[in-house]
Amino acid sequence: MSTLSQHEHDESESLLHEALAGGHLPRWSPAAVAVASIAVAFLLNVLTPVDGVAGTAVVAAVLFLVGQTGWSFVVEGRRHAVDRLATTGVYATFVIAVVPLVAVLGTVIVKGLSVISQEFLTTSMRFTTPRSEGGGLYHALIGTLEQVGIAALFGIPLGILAAIYLVEYAPSMRTRRLAHSISFFVDVMTGVPSVVVGLFVYTAFVLTLGLERSGFAASIALTILMLPVVVRSTEEMLRIVPRDLREASYALGIPKWRTILRIVLPTAMSGIITGAMLAVARVAGETAPLLLTTFISQSINTNPFKGPQAALPTFIWDQFTSGTDASVDRAWGGALVLIVLVMVLYASAKLVSRFTGVKKI
Amino acid sequence: MAKRIDVTDLDVFYGSFKAVEGVTFSVEPRSVTALIGPSGCGKSTVLRTLNRMHEVIPGAYAEGKVLLDGEDIYGIDVDPVNVRRTIGMVFQRPNPFPTMSIRENVLAGLKLDGRKRKKPELEGIVERSLRGANLWEEVKDRLDRPGAGLSGGQQQRLCIARAIAVEPQVLLMDEPCSALDPISTLAIEDLIEDLKERYTIVIVTHNMQQAARVSETTAFFNLAGVGKPGKLVEVAATETMFSNPTQQATEDYISGRFG
Repeated sequence: MSTLSQHEHDESESLLHEALAGGHLPRWSPAAVAVASIAVAFLLNVLTPVDGVAGTAVVAAVLFLVGQTGWSFVVEGRRHAVDRLATTGVYATFVIAVVPLVAVLGTVIVKGLSVISQEFLTTSMRFTTPRSEGGGLYHALIGTLEQVGIAALFGIPLGILAAIYLVEYAPSMRTRRLAHSISFFVDVMTGVPSVVVGLFVYTAFVLTLGLERSGFAASIALTILMLPVVVRSTEEMLRIVPRDLREASYALGIPKWRTILRIVLPTAMSGIITGAMLAVARVAGETAPLLLTTFISQSINTNPFKGPQAALPTFIWDQFTSGTDASVDRAWGGALVLIVLVMVLYASAKLVSRFTGVKKI
Repeated sequence: MAKRIDVTDLDVFYGSFKAVEGVTFSVEPRSVTALIGPSGCGKSTVLRTLNRMHEVIPGAYAEGKVLLDGEDIYGIDVDPVNVRRTIGMVFQRPNPFPTMSIRENVLAGLKLDGRKRKKPELEGIVERSLRGANLWEEVKDRLDRPGAGLSGGQQQRLCIARAIAVEPQVLLMDEPCSALDPISTLAIEDLIEDLKERYTIVIVTHNMQQAARVSETTAFFNLAGVGKPGKLVEVAATETMFSNPTQQATEDYISGRFG
């Protein structure tokens, strides 16, 4: 009697265990399915007209998806099968998103690095013809630094101030209409193509006001392009600063402007800097407005207010359209320098925000 | 140093909605006055009108009189910033400034009012304020660490230290213990006991035992109904209020029949 009940007890325990644990695929199952799928895809590649690396990869991916989901469905049940399917989907889209990014970076680095030299960084194209080797982008580097620098000098403070008005002042004042229209035009400006902005600066400043076609005219166009990005990102950052902090500050008898300056802005600083840097990075690569406002130059011009000035994007465009081996190589070099420039800017801004923003606990 | 407050016929509006109606009561200097009542009855709103903090909310305004030692804080030429320097406030959730260290948090109100002070004076204020908030012994070795790294109860005491560092006349507390555990609550209640020797304190609380423990005077607020303004039902010495209330609604609330 007692042995029987012992037996029953064991049986019910194992049933309970099964109910709680369920079926499991072995740990090596994804790897096994992957190897099998690749093998089958390779086989199909040889046997059928579906050819090429891309075709084989797609076939392997589909096989993997079907194979793993099916196996999991049989052994583990529906929920685990769907889970594996979704997991595979997430990883696959991640890879698809990263591949072009890595490919672009890799190509630029590989092709650009061979051109980079002391001469390339310190000379202009003044005495170099498109066909000959040598020459450099010093003139373009100076132009980009000056144009983007001036644009940032105007665009970032203006954008931050506009965002402060929208978030901190507009809701408590009787100027909601103004705030709404500013918000609306910021949205519209985000969508305006850069070539249109270039045209606008050309007609409004160069043709009408008589401003010279110069680096400064380009800066105005870049400022206009930067503004909406800075306003939007700063606005978002200011909005996520908790109300509590503002109230705590007011309750201490701290005036509103000082609260914004010393409490709200520092709390949001890291995000604001990131947004501003993304805006700078965006306009640093603009080509179309530069062609309309300052055009191309082959020689060094350190004065942004007088005469045409080169810039990295127009340098790349110019070198590429020349079409000779030497000049296409220089175009790659220019692309690499532009990317490195943006990365250095971004990294230094992150470094600054680490020391100004919210304290790490 | 501590001052008295007289509130007369106070109505508070959020836009066109009347949140509180016809509130009249007085707060004695160097005493603790508790405001109790069910949620939404307007006790926090009334507390905020005592240092004009409701004006931070767009559309909110108050009618009636609030006198601080006879001076109308809603007078035409009165600056709300100066009112808040005189009447400090501690909030429900501890809210130290996340960009600042413990020391900077304590000094925030002083540093940000634009006056220059010498370093030894500031150090003295830091120690005095933290001692005043019963926090000095716990943090004296880590004044340069971020304020947000403290525990919830310590953060709330840091906020109290920050509030008393500007040497206000009155301290308003909006449910200062509702986000804290019982031990931290006890620490804050002990602190209130010490603080009332120097400050006039008005505290909003949902906890009736707390009101009974810490306050000399209790004011009971209630709602006439949904969508109607909150009213002050009764104000009396705390002992009387809890043993022998004159209004049926007060008795019902205190004995737990509603709310």
